[in-house]
Amino acid sequence: MATFKDFRNNVKPNWCPGCGDFSVQAAIQRAAANAGLTPENLAVISGIGCSGRISGYINSYGLHGIHGRSLPIAQGVKMANKDLTVIASGGDGDGFAIGMGHTIHAMRRNIDLTYIVMDNQIYGLTKGQTSPRSAAGFKTKSTPLGSIEQTLSPMQLAVTTGATFVAQSFSTDLKDLTAIIEAGINHKGFSLINVFSPCVTYNKVNTYDWFKENLTKLSDIEGYDPSSRKIAMNTLMQHDDLVTGIIYQDKERPSYQQLVEGYSETPLSDAELRLGEEAFDQLVKEFM
Amino acid sequence: MAEQLSWKVGGQQGEGIESTGEIFSMALNRLGYYLYGYRHFSSRIKGGHTNNKIRVSTKRVSAVADDLDILVAFDQETIDVNYHELHHNGIIIADSKFNPVKPEDTDAAFYAVPFTEIATELGTSLMKNMVAVGATCAIINLDVSVFLNVVEEIFGRKGETVVQKNMEAIQQGYDYMKEKMGGASSDLELPPADGKKRMFMIGNDAIALGALTAGVRLMAAYPITPASEIMEYLIKKLPKVGGTVIQTEDEIAAATMAIGANYGGIRSFTASAGPGLSLMMEAIGLSGMTETPLVIVDTQRGGPSTGLPTKQEQSDLMAMIYGTHGEIPKVVIAPGTAEEGFYDTIEAFNIAEEYQVPVIILSDLQLSLGKHTVDPLDYSKVNIRRGKLIKEGLPESENKGYFKRYELTEDGVSPRVIPGVANGIHHVTGVEHDETGKPSESPANRKAQMDKRMRKLDNLHNVFPNAVYKNAKHDEADLLLIGFNSTGGVIEEAMERLEADGVKVNHARVRLVHPFPTDEILPLIESAKHVAVVENNATGQLASIIKMNAGYPQKIKSILKYDGNPFQPHHIVDSSKELI
Repeated sequence: MATFKDFRNNVKPNWCPGCGDFSVQAAIQRAAANAGLTPENLAVISGIGCSGRISGYINSYGLHGIHGRSLPIAQGVKMANKDLTVIASGGDGDGFAIGMGHTIHAMRRNIDLTYIVMDNQIYGLTKGQTSPRSAAGFKTKSTPLGSIEQTLSPMQLAVTTGATFVAQSFSTDLKDLTAIIEAGINHKGFSLINVFSPCVTYNKVNTYDWFKENLTKLSDIEGYDPSSRKIAMNTLMQHDDLVTGIIYQDKERPSYQQLVEGYSETPLSDAELRLGEEAFDQLVKEFM
Repeated sequence: MAEQLSWKVGGQQGEGIESTGEIFSMALNRLGYYLYGYRHFSSRIKGGHTNNKIRVSTKRVSAVADDLDILVAFDQETIDVNYHELHHNGIIIADSKFNPVKPEDTDAAFYAVPFTEIATELGTSLMKNMVAVGATCAIINLDVSVFLNVVEEIFGRKGETVVQKNMEAIQQGYDYMKEKMGGASSDLELPPADGKKRMFMIGNDAIALGALTAGVRLMAAYPITPASEIMEYLIKKLPKVGGTVIQTEDEIAAATMAIGANYGGIRSFTASAGPGLSLMMEAIGLSGMTETPLVIVDTQRGGPSTGLPTKQEQSDLMAMIYGTHGEIPKVVIAPGTAEEGFYDTIEAFNIAEEYQVPVIILSDLQLSLGKHTVDPLDYSKVNIRRGKLIKEGLPESENKGYFKRYELTEDGVSPRVIPGVANGIHHVTGVEHDETGKPSESPANRKAQMDKRMRKLDNLHNVFPNAVYKNAKHDEADLLLIGFNSTGGVIEEAMERLEADGVKVNHARVRLVHPFPTDEILPLIESAKHVAVVENNATGQLASIIKMNAGYPQKIKSILKYDGNPFQPHHIVDSSKELI
């Protein structure tokens, strides 16, 4: 059995001291071990931004792609080899701005992978511009008078878009975050996990203390039922999205791969590529 | 007796023009004739003039003919727009329903035939196409029974009555026309064909079949004209080999999903046209930088922007060669026929894996959608080469060091291990990286990795099969005509005519457009008195590429056409005569 240490490598992250992403990295390593994975059977596909570097900081296969495109790359990897566990990850700019189209369609499509967004409500790597997750009025280098755009709610969007696993967590709560990632990995379908991962350098509003003060754990809400889309939406609206835990899970809906006609039961990456003469001749005849 | 004939059916889009052409040509193909079809259509579902021009011959034909022998018209617009193409002994047969008017300035024979009326009497006006097919048979003296198996194939599932009714429609069209012609035979009768079985397919079919034969298991694509037939063919076939087509949310997703799937160890690709390729440019760079194989088909159409989405053009060449920021090794190949489309697509997947580079298969609308006769494809010529791919069996490393996925090798190609393989863990990133894939900004590493990537293709032009197709029998030609993609056929035909007029012509068709096979083409340029590059664009893109690589900026001239329609032989003959 691999332990979380097996998922560590010798690369030193280039994140700022105190960045929330360190805990997300640790939680992924722990969840991978808890889920019984081995490093070579895990592929972490990440986007661009501070958090996008995470695929280089975990001892597993990993691909650090282009801005906003971790999800289509991750879906391609999973389609190629269904035996791999695929985690896609990136920041709120990556997933909810430039890559939003992919996020919505990955939720609809429901290919079995886990998408972890490190949400710091700011663009960090480009040194402090507004994000779709920034609050209205939030002052940044690109919004010196305060953001005049509405904040995006990825959790409400996910629930209404047909996502089958929607969860939110906070980077300091390592135990809860690890458990949620493990549940996401074990979920048969697409899982979206939004993690509040504060930027200690550029976001002086949504700080660790701010989240501690404002977040409500769903486990503290009596009788919360994550199988109900209606309860999920009501709860998100009541709490202005500031909840942690598994918000919604549909355990019944089959994954994309279970629904694809004729999809190979063994990994496609193992398949013999040649069609064979007989099959080829048949295909040729169809054009005669 | 004619050696070949050109037949055109036209009407409003959505009226069954396409299926009329389809039925006519399928039957002739089965008799052993060679066919070459070109569809003129508009970017809308219903309405707008559309026509399908089909050339029939006992010999191989691979260009749209200059003129026309038979024009079948379902509306007046078809007559007005197309009659000028008709031969002096050509024939117009028009549906009497719209009270067709014969243009004054034509020698062509003119018959109003009650296509719709006959069809309606038989049960449904939809069968007017069949009546028109029957009338055509009367003109070219073809026994209508040859249509029986085609009609059975198309309508068989609707029941025997439908088959019989359609055959009856063909027969009545034939009888009506024979009677009208009053026993006179036209001089449009075709000599019998050889009866050999040949394929009849559009270029997109050939590319799709090539991809399937190459072992593709996932196609990620977004619909676009004129590429969609590739995904539509494969969604029927890939499930039979365990794979599938995913229709993505956009072309960025299509290209990046294909990259992910190739990284995951399978052969995956996408196909699109100019607008889609524009969206894929960043992904192409990712493939080049991470050395992840990627195959993309670009079926060129009229640009820029939305341009002329249903018309012929060859204006993506520069974008395909140079598109993406920064510098990567990239391969662009340009098949000229459906047959080449098949074999070159397989080769594209081999090159992508052997050299770990993005490969663009350049097609154009005329090649992608034109339906032509193809001699049976040869499976024994198919080989699959995956290069330095490692799928298992790596020894355990002593420390937890990363696998050298980007090892500096002599040929520039490094071992490629796929996820899931023990002891092969490494990082992949579009950031400049060291041999294990870890980000590195060191100048020495940057230069070493850039040089490694760029030297991968140093020898490609020597190993690519027929980088330049040559029909060059003259040691010293008066004229060298150069083209790429679908213009090959029309250039060959123009060449025959020029030769008949005493002009010594060589022809070179560039099949590997990048990296450019300079050594192959330079001697031909040097030994020709005049050089003309024939291409469907406004700026002479191929000519520029040739000048960049081979020189001779004064000698190399252009013959250009960018009005949306393909070249016909006379365009090239006339322009050539002006140049020499």
